[in-house]
Amino acid sequence: MVPRILILGAVAVAVLASEASRAGEPPAPARPEKVVLLNVSYDPTRELYAEYDAAFARHWEAQTGQKVEIKQSHGGSGKQARAVIDGLEADVVTLALAWDVDALRREAELIPEGWQQRLPQNSAPYTSTIVFVVRKGNPKQIRDWGDLGREGVSVITPNPKTSGGARWNYLAAWHWALERPGGDEQKARDFIARLFGNVPVLDTGARGSTTTFAERNIGDVLIAWENEAFLLERDIARGKVEIVVPSSSILAEPPVAIVDRYVDKHGTREVAEAYLRYLYSDEGQEIVARHYYRPRSKRVMARHAEQFAKVKLFTIDQAFGGWEQAQRKHFDTGGVFDQLYESKR
Amino acid sequence: MARSGRRASERVVTESPGVRRLLIGAAMVFLTLFLFAPLAAVFVNAFRAGAGAYAAAVADPGTREAIGLTLLVAAIVVPLNLVFGLAAAWLIAKFSFRGKGAMVTLIDLPFSISPVIAGLVFVLLFGRQGTLGPWLLERGVQIVFAVPGIVLATLFVTLPFVAREVLAQMQTQGSEEEEAALTLGAGGWRMFWSITLPKVRWSLLYGIVLCNARAMGEFGAVSVVSGLIRGETITVPLQVEILYNEYQFVAAFAVASLLTLLALLTLAARRFVEARSAR
Amino acid sequence: MTRRGVLPGFGLSLGISWLFLGLVVLLPLSGIFLRSFELGWGDFWRLISDPRTLAALRLSFGAALAAAVFDLFFGLLVAWVLARYRFPGRGLVDASVDLPFALPTAVAGLTLTALYAPSGLFGAAFGLLGIQVAFAPLGIVVAMAFVSLPFVVRTAQPVLEELDPALEEAAAVLGATRWQTFRKVILPNLLPALLTGFALALARAIGEYGSIVFISGNMPMRTEIAPLLIVTRLEQYDYAGATALALVMLVVAFVLLLAINLLQRWSRKRHGAHVL
Repeated sequence: MVPRILILGAVAVAVLASEASRAGEPPAPARPEKVVLLNVSYDPTRELYAEYDAAFARHWEAQTGQKVEIKQSHGGSGKQARAVIDGLEADVVTLALAWDVDALRREAELIPEGWQQRLPQNSAPYTSTIVFVVRKGNPKQIRDWGDLGREGVSVITPNPKTSGGARWNYLAAWHWALERPGGDEQKARDFIARLFGNVPVLDTGARGSTTTFAERNIGDVLIAWENEAFLLERDIARGKVEIVVPSSSILAEPPVAIVDRYVDKHGTREVAEAYLRYLYSDEGQEIVARHYYRPRSKRVMARHAEQFAKVKLFTIDQAFGGWEQAQRKHFDTGGVFDQLYESKR
Repeated sequence: MARSGRRASERVVTESPGVRRLLIGAAMVFLTLFLFAPLAAVFVNAFRAGAGAYAAAVADPGTREAIGLTLLVAAIVVPLNLVFGLAAAWLIAKFSFRGKGAMVTLIDLPFSISPVIAGLVFVLLFGRQGTLGPWLLERGVQIVFAVPGIVLATLFVTLPFVAREVLAQMQTQGSEEEEAALTLGAGGWRMFWSITLPKVRWSLLYGIVLCNARAMGEFGAVSVVSGLIRGETITVPLQVEILYNEYQFVAAFAVASLLTLLALLTLAARRFVEARSAR
Repeated sequence: MTRRGVLPGFGLSLGISWLFLGLVVLLPLSGIFLRSFELGWGDFWRLISDPRTLAALRLSFGAALAAAVFDLFFGLLVAWVLARYRFPGRGLVDASVDLPFALPTAVAGLTLTALYAPSGLFGAAFGLLGIQVAFAPLGIVVAMAFVSLPFVVRTAQPVLEELDPALEEAAAVLGATRWQTFRKVILPNLLPALLTGFALALARAIGEYGSIVFISGNMPMRTEIAPLLIVTRLEQYDYAGATALALVMLVVAFVLLLAINLLQRWSRKRHGAHVL
């Protein structure tokens, strides 16, 4: 009898010990030495993720002893989502808008319903907004959205059909027109028609528009992501352009998500989740702010507060009842945007 | 594209010197503005920031990886085209069979199909929602958004080049030498290596050069199937677009100038081949 | 042409040829047809006849037609000069006519945009005349004409070189002026080759994508070409719309190809010349 109890006890101790060791610092032996992640993202985040990937790799190795290599793919947000649906096996997606991430669920069930509630703050670890970039000295006196509909003002924006950023542009303009005193649906429609009537070049992506404006010298005003605007003002077109902040704008929330179907196939769920969560850490938020995205962390935001203009921001849920509705009404084939161009003929 | 190497004979009847000079002048002005100016603009823009910036752009790891991939794709696609081109040209030039007209049309088809469609067809076939994609992906075979997809799309757009060039030359040649060799007891392969291949070597060479240039320069089809993974599925033309989108205009033109040099080499090779085959 | 059985390799070359064509061309293309059949006629028609699609198709064909006509005239001029006259630098010019074939389309787009944008050398010059080239339909025509110019030159040039001088001499002896000789003697002989070159240029221009996305401005209804609309549709997860449009373009490519083959047969009967 006694030996039996002893054996049982020994086994129990051994099991407990091994459990304890697994919970402690040394990593589980099951983890491979190196792991590779693929982050499929949109155009303007190249510089951000180049820096963040290196930071996360350091953090992850220090914590787990495992090396991680992160591969990046950048392109237009919609094109990137479509590639993932068609078999580009991204472990994580970091796209321009929730509509594109949600396409992974709608079109191919790669991620479950409710994906946006899996991470804090709508799964958007950073935000941005839409501002104007004008020529030095603001020769056309552009102050607010209304000026973009004025005759003789040439406006550069990408095509909302193909560019995530451009959809934010469009929605911000629409909501401004709707909310101004005496504004209604018809007036918003007229305003948007005038604004797009002033657009001489409709590039397919945000980066194309920036190039058209900065390099080709076309247009009086560029409607752009705030982070792209900063990049232009401080780096690419330094001394040639300045930023104008409109009276109201949209809170752009570019969401991130792990792609369940693919991380389970690759066995990378743990590291992929950690990769996205680390975006919310102090270091992650600091990197985000350095690349002119608005950090979610109040502490980090306070450190960079002078960099971001105070502007009345509204979210897409408040103003449009979410992406589903905005997309159907404005951007689908035959929607308001199509009607605009078709009636212009 | 092969052309008779015969020089224009001295014609008795021709235009007056004035008209002649006018026409030559007009053609030169047109070509200068329409053809040479864009060519020059590539190099002017590439060296806008000096030779140092140019060298830095070309030595950038992203560019080097793109060059590596492009060379790999060409190294796979060109030999495959060589096999197909020789087989198809031999078949069409020497035999009559049912479906020959259809085959000739099919060979030409990639010329007149938009590269975008060339990319699209492979996504529709091998994509996750495609016809064969799910079955292959279950077995761990990734075609689109990986190197195999890029190879396939490139193969599609380059398929006509070798076949067309070799066929054109074979059609103008008889089969007497081949038949003589066979009568003298040579086997099929012996005949092919020592008679047929030497006879078509110049068109074959030019077909390879053209095929190679297109393989390295294809943009539309490859951009649809690439997936744009840094250091993995970016070819040189895609790298040009990426640099352009990263506001690195000088670098974009610098990398573009590499492709332009390749184009110029292609043209030089053509002159060389024409000069040799005219002998 | 030999009867089967005299020369070896029929089975092998037939096998290799169909294997390649089947795997690389037929199988992928059949996917487009299968996908389109899933649609049914009503849906297909609805997708093809919406105003934006029609505008894109009209632009693609219209601009391609304009570009091919442009190439027809200037291509003939270049071919004439190269075939008929000796002048310094002729060899170099002759070689460089093929540049648009050899130059990757993305590079062509990049450099043409740099030149023809309002900030570029030519763009500024046209701007003074009040003409916008890049980011307007004209820019699309320029890019299309650029990439397909060699077709006309390379079809017309050999015919001009090989045309029997006796014909022209006879015309001159009979008292025809040079212009009359050109119109009544040379042009009719040149016609099949010119038409072939024209059709080839047209086919290439309709499908062109790489160079045009840089220069066109991509405005829906105005400067959005059909291949770009296919890409746009794909990015909107609209596979049906993309496939339907792709099918239309595929059929057009087929028809043009058949026309080209017929033209070339006609042309070959007359001159034994060939292109491509």
